[in-house]
Amino acid sequence: MKIALCIKQVPDTRSVRMDEATGTVVREGVELIVNPLDLYAIELALQLKEQHNAEVDAFTMGPPQAAGALREAIAMSADRGFLISGREFAGSDTWSTAYVLAAAIRQQGPYDLIICGERATDGDTGQVGPGIAAALDLPVAAYVNHLLKLDAKSCELTRLTEHGSEKLRMALPGVITVVKEIGEPRLPTLRGKLRAKTQEIPILKLDLDPTLLGLKGSPTRVVKIFHPQMTRQCIKGDIGQAVEFLREVIS
Amino acid sequence: MIWILAEQFNGRIERISFELLTRAKNLNAGNVGVLLIGPPLGDDELMRLIACGVSRVVAYESPQMAHFLIEPHVYCLQDFVKANHPEILLAGATAYGRTLMPYAAMKLHTGLTADCTELAIEPETGLLLQTRPAIGGNIMATIKCPAYRPQMATIRPHSTTPAQPEAGRNGEIDRIAIEGLPESRMEVLDFEAFTDELNLNDAERVVVVGRGIKKPENLPMVFELAKVLGAAVGATREVVDRGWLDYQHQIGLSGKTINPKFYLGIGVSGAIQHLAGMQNAGKIMAVNKDPEAQIFKVADFGLVGDLFEIVPELTRQLKQGEAAWLNTAK
Repeated sequence: MKIALCIKQVPDTRSVRMDEATGTVVREGVELIVNPLDLYAIELALQLKEQHNAEVDAFTMGPPQAAGALREAIAMSADRGFLISGREFAGSDTWSTAYVLAAAIRQQGPYDLIICGERATDGDTGQVGPGIAAALDLPVAAYVNHLLKLDAKSCELTRLTEHGSEKLRMALPGVITVVKEIGEPRLPTLRGKLRAKTQEIPILKLDLDPTLLGLKGSPTRVVKIFHPQMTRQCIKGDIGQAVEFLREVIS
Repeated sequence: MIWILAEQFNGRIERISFELLTRAKNLNAGNVGVLLIGPPLGDDELMRLIACGVSRVVAYESPQMAHFLIEPHVYCLQDFVKANHPEILLAGATAYGRTLMPYAAMKLHTGLTADCTELAIEPETGLLLQTRPAIGGNIMATIKCPAYRPQMATIRPHSTTPAQPEAGRNGEIDRIAIEGLPESRMEVLDFEAFTDELNLNDAERVVVVGRGIKKPENLPMVFELAKVLGAAVGATREVVDRGWLDYQHQIGLSGKTINPKFYLGIGVSGAIQHLAGMQNAGKIMAVNKDPEAQIFKVADFGLVGDLFEIVPELTRQLKQGEAAWLNTAK
């Protein structure tokens, strides 16, 4: 059983500050972390490693320092980390990112299961997981909260929709994106940390169409970034006024 | 022509679809069409769309698509794009839209913007300007897709009002009994519906409980208030991590993003991760003993004090007033 894990390095949202004058995000001094929602994907992969003797390979695309995210996955017990990095990838949107990650997975594969977090906390799109599935022509289940069974040919899982929880069987290979409920992320082990320090993180050379990479290969363009204006004025009052407020806003 | 991808559940077209119609109509960029993929729906259901000003409904129908499984749905969507060359295709930022749209965008080789809260047409170019929050709601980004078609976006549910029917509307309904659907490599084994208290995505009113509730034994008072208000119950991460409520209740960065008309936070401090999941609610009210709590910074109305006194008293007054407005407003 081979598992591919797609993760992303993101700025720690808790420490993100806005430059009020320019309306831009202050990048200096912001800590880079593994996307918190990817930790659940890592946790599931490692549980499957323990239960099914699976090999777990982590992939990320980003600047050279994104290798740090892979080292963290290795410290938690992932077997290998593969970095996709280079100037040509700068400015990639979700289409281009999914195209590149799918190529990396194809090159290193075949994998039985590809696991992604539900979305990254910086871009907040959740589009790369299903995009990878499409690029590899695989089935996808998103918002998976439990993986119930896994064998060489298929898995059983539940996914969350607006209306409830749907139990599915999916033939492998397949792609899942997982939510927090999948498992409490473990801490890195001492042995893992030592291995993560010294393990080589290869930068993959992929056979890619250069016109589909980075900003110029991305169908979407960001044309404006601005700071949302908070316009609420909080009125404080007693219970009687609260009832009046409720009557006004609800009826 | 602007197209929306409608959604259905249990034989009914979902509210999000009518919200998408409002979005499409407000763009004032020509006729509005609806793409519907799934098991066959009754004529009256499809006529509801026509009554809301839709000029054409294209329904890809097969009992084989009773559930959302990716391959047949994406097959129909691709077939639709090939036949109709839509300039713009909008879908809900729901479990369905957020799975199908990125998969389809990849196959169609076009751009997709996630979870938009504002749409406009750029006057000079006619391009769709898609605005969305990013970095946990800290910034807004406006995105366009100049060179690829369709321009695709998912729209955050409850970010606008649903379109209303008007008399004397006419439109064309095109039912396509699609053949040669690919078999899915997935199958649905079971489905367990959420209870009303858990239907957070659809709820117009949500009561959220935070760590201020102190222990799970105190939760019933929150549920009682929620019941009186006709509200679903959400929770902060602290409450879920302590195991007092299930993950399905969690609102915020690692839980759900909600956009109800009314939000009431009880003992919620307002950590940035929580605000990311609720600050776009219509009206926000908070109960907290700390007058400096962050939640008041995004609230419209604040009650400062002991929630253990306030919540039962508020419930009592609402019940006592036999607040008819509560029921009529549902």
